Amino acid sequence: MVHLKEKLLSSFLAFENEKDVDAYVHGIRTKAIKNFEQEGFPTKRLENWKYTSLKKTLQHDYKLFPSKSQTLEFKDIESFLINDIESYKIIFVDGKYCSHLSETTHDGMDICILSSALTQSKYDLVIENYFNKISKKDGITSLNTAFSSEGSYIHIPKNIQVDKPIQIIYFSTGKDESVFYQPRNLIVVDENSQVEIIEKYHSLNENNVLVNTVTEIYADKKSIVKHYKIQNDNNTSSLIDNTFVSQEHSSSYNLHTFSFGGELVRNNLNIFQNDERIESSIKGITIIDENQHVDHNTLIHHRKPNCNSYQDYKGIFGGKSVGVFNGRVLVEKEAQKTNAFQANNNVLVSDKAVINTKPQLEIFADDVKCSHGCTVGQLDKNALFYLRSRGIPEKEATALMMYGFANKVLTSVGIPEIKARINRIIAEKLGVHIGFDI
Amino acid sequence: MLEIKNIHANIEGKSILKGINLEINPGEVHAIMGPNGSGKSTLASVITGKEEYEISDGDILFENESLDEVSPEERAHKGIFMSFQYPIEIPGVTTTNFLKTAINETKKARGEKEMSAKDMLKMLREKSQLLDIDSKFLSRSINDGFSGGEKKRNEIFQMAMLEPKLAILDETDSGLDIDALKIVANGVNKLKNKNNAILVITHYQRLLDYIVPDYVHVLFDGKIVKSGDKNLALELEKKGYDWIKEESKNK
Repeated sequence: MVHLKEKLLSSFLAFENEKDVDAYVHGIRTKAIKNFEQEGFPTKRLENWKYTSLKKTLQHDYKLFPSKSQTLEFKDIESFLINDIESYKIIFVDGKYCSHLSETTHDGMDICILSSALTQSKYDLVIENYFNKISKKDGITSLNTAFSSEGSYIHIPKNIQVDKPIQIIYFSTGKDESVFYQPRNLIVVDENSQVEIIEKYHSLNENNVLVNTVTEIYADKKSIVKHYKIQNDNNTSSLIDNTFVSQEHSSSYNLHTFSFGGELVRNNLNIFQNDERIESSIKGITIIDENQHVDHNTLIHHRKPNCNSYQDYKGIFGGKSVGVFNGRVLVEKEAQKTNAFQANNNVLVSDKAVINTKPQLEIFADDVKCSHGCTVGQLDKNALFYLRSRGIPEKEATALMMYGFANKVLTSVGIPEIKARINRIIAEKLGVHIGFDI
Repeated sequence: MLEIKNIHANIEGKSILKGINLEINPGEVHAIMGPNGSGKSTLASVITGKEEYEISDGDILFENESLDEVSPEERAHKGIFMSFQYPIEIPGVTTTNFLKTAINETKKARGEKEMSAKDMLKMLREKSQLLDIDSKFLSRSINDGFSGGEKKRNEIFQMAMLEPKLAILDETDSGLDIDALKIVANGVNKLKNKNNAILVITHYQRLLDYIVPDYVHVLFDGKIVKSGDKNLALELEKKGYDWIKEESKNK
């Protein structure tokens, strides 16, 4: 079996030959593959990957370019959509855009696909200004950049409040094979505009799937971006999510990450605050069991004064699952009056589950308010008895307490249908029926 | 209704209850008094099924069925309720949702139909008025940030919602000022009828001015050493517990 790295390197030429070699991105891709060749896949020897090994994940014999894309009908994907709300939809199947299931627009804004943006000259300016500008040059991101050709492209010009949320969903059918695919998303929100984005990845059968995705988000002055990542894939799928957010004056970026599924999920989240009066809020709920592994690696980079950041990640770990939280807050010397809050609270419901939590505060300014706290504990036995003594069976009482624990993160979810969906997933995950929504 | 027969209980090998016998019938109010450390709260925990306690001998019957191996939730379904001495705070779960779940799980266990949202609301409103509880409390997390008095009132409010056959009030008067005490006692008295029973556990006689017991038992060193009517409580209030200790030593 050829090692995945070799396979990727040797397939690059064939991939690139199919594309327009005169295009602007050609140079970027070529540089990126060299980068990847040098860096390779991350290993546990890297400080940032100390608790997450890709070794097992990379062993599968992935098909890099699915031979033929499956045709999916609406009924096949309906249950994966948040379909009780009006929304734009950008839907991909096995890495290819699926127009008949999507609902895009070019009316006053672009909610469409990256392949068009990369190949049509009218998008040149945006691509040249934004594409691959904030993404890291590490091995895993470079690999995505080298093969970047498809994904969502969203550009909201100034003073627009997008009328409905945008759902970006990647399906893999992987019918006869294991697949490795690398979506690339570019989201540019201009001054004083607002958008809500829901992002999901789903494998529709039991073959091994590995997704290495890169999303770049640019939030210009006074813009508001609300972003929801719902990671609830089956247990033969793994996801490496690399998200980079660049924020300008008075902008607000607000992310909720719900991690319930997948064999291995790694979130590399990097937020760069480039000006003053910026708000960044990132929250997460992780509920996993069996042999699942979820790793949140976050960076909030405070570069300028008078900005706030807020992190609240909660995790419930059962079975032999492993959780990792590595939250880095970097406050530069210039970033006076920074207000940075970080919390990571974990509950272990099994004695074989493991959580590695590592807050990393690097503060070079002297007039700041930074706090962090991480806790690891078990469910409070006295509270459990209290609920049971009121007639609530042990399983439901446990679930109720977990709901309560996670609830704080859910209260800030602005779309009730998402809240309802998350409630349902949590209830399913805990195997209970509780007759109310939190 | 409740028959406690020669119950012996220990926690982590330490013997706490050393042979307690007690019978409570429908319509009765019993009070258990005793000095600190005599086993009062343990007795309450043992009746409600707290698992840390090991029963080494004896049995507890509720409506002629043994509670041996019966889980706390099943005891609740049978109609046993305890107002906690230290009610637990549970952030993130509102009192309303908690009670909805508790009531419907109980109904489910009894094979009854779940309560409709409308009936539930009506009941919540009625019972909260009984305890003079602001409706805002219902949408707050259970006991989260409540004062001592608010917590105790919330306990009796839960009792009102769950309508138990046997209510155990464990040190419900502790931490209550006189006004709160009256509200709580008044609530309890309104819930009392000929079909249910109340077991009041208290250190002081004060609460018994408002919830008047038919029987008073004195617990000392894991045993009931004296029983009487409400006058026994008054005597204890006047004379303290020392004479009981003396008396039981001399036995």
